[in-house]
Amino acid sequence: MDATWAALYIFLLAAFTGYEVISRVPVILHTPLMSGSNFIHGIVVVGAMVVLGHAETPLEQAIGFFGVVLGAANAAGGYAVTERMLEMFERKPKGGQ
Amino acid sequence: MENFVQLVYFATALLFILGLKRMSSPNTARSGVVWAGVAMVAATAVTFLLPDMRNQGLMLLAIAIGTVVAWIAAKRVQMTDMPQMVAIYNGMGGGAAGAIAAVELLRGEFSEAQGLKLLAILGALIGSVSFTGSLIAFAKLQGLMSSRPIQFPSQQVVNAGVGIAALLFALVVLLTEPGPTVLLFFLLALAFGVLMTLPIGGGDMPVVISLYNAFTGLAVGFEGFAIGNAALIVAGTVVGAAGTLLTFLMAKAMNRSLWSVLVGGFGVEQDSGEVKGSLKPIDLEDAAVMLAYASKVIFVPGYGMAVAQAQHKLRELADVLEGRGVEVKFAIHPVAGRMPGHMNVLLAEAGVAYEKLFDLEDINPEFPQADVAVVIGANDVVNPAARRKGSPLYGMPILEVDKARNAIVIKRGQGRGFAGVENELFYAENTRMLYGDAQSVLGQLVQALKKL
Repeated sequence: MDATWAALYIFLLAAFTGYEVISRVPVILHTPLMSGSNFIHGIVVVGAMVVLGHAETPLEQAIGFFGVVLGAANAAGGYAVTERMLEMFERKPKGGQ
Repeated sequence: MENFVQLVYFATALLFILGLKRMSSPNTARSGVVWAGVAMVAATAVTFLLPDMRNQGLMLLAIAIGTVVAWIAAKRVQMTDMPQMVAIYNGMGGGAAGAIAAVELLRGEFSEAQGLKLLAILGALIGSVSFTGSLIAFAKLQGLMSSRPIQFPSQQVVNAGVGIAALLFALVVLLTEPGPTVLLFFLLALAFGVLMTLPIGGGDMPVVISLYNAFTGLAVGFEGFAIGNAALIVAGTVVGAAGTLLTFLMAKAMNRSLWSVLVGGFGVEQDSGEVKGSLKPIDLEDAAVMLAYASKVIFVPGYGMAVAQAQHKLRELADVLEGRGVEVKFAIHPVAGRMPGHMNVLLAEAGVAYEKLFDLEDINPEFPQADVAVVIGANDVVNPAARRKGSPLYGMPILEVDKARNAIVIKRGQGRGFAGVENELFYAENTRMLYGDAQSVLGQLVQALKKL
């Protein structure tokens, strides 16, 4: 079995995992969870780094650089937004009795 | 060293999955994002250690720029503006996936691996659509452009044409050597993202953002295949699947099918229904008295309250009423606010206790016992027309405010809701209208109550 097939099996299992992890989630967590999964695909920054790391021509460098900036923004911004949303779920209620 | 890096990537994938799992329960959610965050930092750091890497200086600079700008923007933005922040960061992820594919395709990396090339192209297509589509979604929610659906003649034909052209060029790129066709392919994919998002109205944006979130996940997964990086494959695919499911759950909570969100406006040509009765305004003082002498009040906050940033004033009003011995509850429609769950976050931010927030199924039986139900900037989610066949709203679960003994509707003007349907509740015998900006009206109610 070559690497491509192994990768396809990884794909299959990962897709199933994603589905299972989310399947029974309360409505109030839809938005934070969307934000959280938005953060997780910020891992694309690693891929962009690999591409920039192998870039040779100025054009490749430019596109790679652009990719890393975007990927880093996805990861950092995604984390900050998610954390701010989830902070609300931990704070002790201060209103009312 | 290579093995060490792969080991960290493996741990990253594991922590992402566990983190996501923890995020799907309110009690563990906070720790979930922290776990995933640690994994993200570790994966980024060890990537510098990969063999044969160049341009480390550029990498550091790019990471610094992206991180600092996004971090500051995310920390400064108002809670009500969170949905568009999710949109823009998601779009950036899609753009990054597109950039990876662009370099690989231009370089002709896949001379002997058509399968990988196909995945790289698919990732590029989906990522580019997510990139420009999310930017449009951001612009609409941020108010940089009208949030109304933007429509022009033969729109669906034009959109389909551009979409098909993008697919054709994808095929050309797949079958030929790298050249200017790659550029054309990207331009078409980017244009399709814009065209696809323009006709979608602000109310449907949550579903669309969620869809693009799934798109970016898939694109990242596909690019992971293309460059042979397991961390990208696992994280991207997990998000792609989770995001797709989340999109369907959201669409269901809003009683919209994904198809109708993507292909058309909301009940544009449908009969908006005849309504009997008249709108009956009420004075601020009268409203205050009504609330003060009620024994049970249910608040129904909606999109308008979120826009007016009135959540703090609302909590103040609730506190004052409770101080007078009034029983206060909050009814939260599944799609109140801009996204499912958005209202809960806003009210929690203002310090409203969770035990006072009630879901639709739990609160609906209580409306008949409520002396006053106060609707703040909500419209379609309380429209009794949803029970009548033939209404564009038919079938949507609503909060049964019309069954309360009295209703006060705080509203900015006499406009219709997003669905463009006249609201029968507003014309009902026991409904009174209180016009004005939610924040100032609630503030004045608090003052009036204190004087009573």
